[in-house]
Amino acid sequence: MKFLCVQCDEVMSFSDRDLPGDGTITALFSCGACGREMAMLTNPMETQLVTSLGVEIGGRTVPEQPLQQTRSRLDAPRDDAFADEEASLAGDPGSSSTIPATEHEFVRIRVTWTSEATDRLAGVPKFVRGMVKRIYTEYAQEKQIEVITPDVMDRARSDLGLEGM
Amino acid sequence: MTEPNSDSGNTPREASATRAHTVRSYADLTGEVESKIVEQIGEQHARLVSRLSEVGAIIVIASGKGGVGKSAVTANLAVALATRGARVGAVDADLNGPSLGKMLGFLGNQLEDRPDGVVPAVGVAGVKGISTDLLIEEGVPLRWKGPDHDQFVWQGVTEAVALREFISDVVWGAIDYLIIDLPPGTDKIGRFLDLVSEVGPSHLQPDQVLLVTIPSEVAGAVVARSATQLLEGGVPCIGLIGNMAGYAQPGRDDLLPLFTGPSAGDIADRVGLELWSEIPFDPVFGSRTDNGDPIGTEGDSIVAQVFTDLAERVEHGPGGREEEK
Repeated sequence: MKFLCVQCDEVMSFSDRDLPGDGTITALFSCGACGREMAMLTNPMETQLVTSLGVEIGGRTVPEQPLQQTRSRLDAPRDDAFADEEASLAGDPGSSSTIPATEHEFVRIRVTWTSEATDRLAGVPKFVRGMVKRIYTEYAQEKQIEVITPDVMDRARSDLGLEGM
Repeated sequence: MTEPNSDSGNTPREASATRAHTVRSYADLTGEVESKIVEQIGEQHARLVSRLSEVGAIIVIASGKGGVGKSAVTANLAVALATRGARVGAVDADLNGPSLGKMLGFLGNQLEDRPDGVVPAVGVAGVKGISTDLLIEEGVPLRWKGPDHDQFVWQGVTEAVALREFISDVVWGAIDYLIIDLPPGTDKIGRFLDLVSEVGPSHLQPDQVLLVTIPSEVAGAVVARSATQLLEGGVPCIGLIGNMAGYAQPGRDDLLPLFTGPSAGDIADRVGLELWSEIPFDPVFGSRTDNGDPIGTEGDSIVAQVFTDLAERVEHGPGGREEEK
């Protein structure tokens, strides 16, 4: 699906997405030539049909978490289905990241989390928490930031387009 | 009455139609598709291909009919193969009626997240397993988030995605056999074949499919449909397993009949399949399997001998460890 600005004959670009939590999706598209914006609003059934495929409207901005579709769609998941990540989060703000080296060219540094950042991370839904932690840690590695604070998390969200996390 | 357009003299509807003719079509547009839906699905398939590249053979246990003992066959075959030295994984594809967690003794285990996937539970004889048993509370039916009405529209797709993730997102590692315990329903067989056959140019197929039946006219009729579906799907190796093939009496070699329907051998002849095994009904076999302690090849019972022979047959079949190339 694409949206074309008829006046400018320009393909409109995806600019933002919102999940109001009522089973609908709001996706914003804008015209790069005239700046006109339009919103695509899906109803719950349309949203479900698309998300059932395990794809993301607007493109995937972060890697898919293992079993992500299954875990996020279970209506009554078992609370302790996964080994608790709290052990690696709570009480260890000084611990270093265990994220394995990637192909990135930066020098890997020891990244630590402040207790405030850890508290904030604890508010992320459990099934995506590991993925979100990795994203912030990778961001810190790339920027050579040794301590992840709430401010660093805000910058990462802005830089990576992760509003909502 | 519709007013003419003041500039062109056309009605608004005519003007709109004229404008639509001048707007470029989707095929005219170049550049990236924003959502990259096709690419996202391609990545999902790539994960599946990558994960299956470490699997020696995919063994599917199916029937089409419910209540014939597919999961019991799966659990005991898995343990039999593992006992004989193979590395075995088991996928409980019966999302709505999971039982492998209990039968393989990993119910209640916790899964572990890793960057490369979810570490599976480990059960009897080191068999690795994944099941919705592990993800939902005991006694709670499987329910998916979504609109309450018309669930049939999206539920099938959701469950197909879940099954794909069970295979692609679990760190099976290098294993000899990945055994898939399919749920009842001939449609589930077709859905699974679609799932794996879409993963690449090689048109991947299960290496071996074992259809489970009981000596019943009805079960035989359903299994015949399943066999037709598999044969039409080009599955090269299909064996028939006759479960509950009679009552094993302690101290005697002959079996008392449990059903008056056609034997598994008759059903095999009727549907054109080879009969691989006949498993007698044995209360010990049933209770041990139910309690997470499958017999597999243990002991000298008839059932243990049947699973020893079946494991050997699988090992010598397509993709098996002893396959003669």
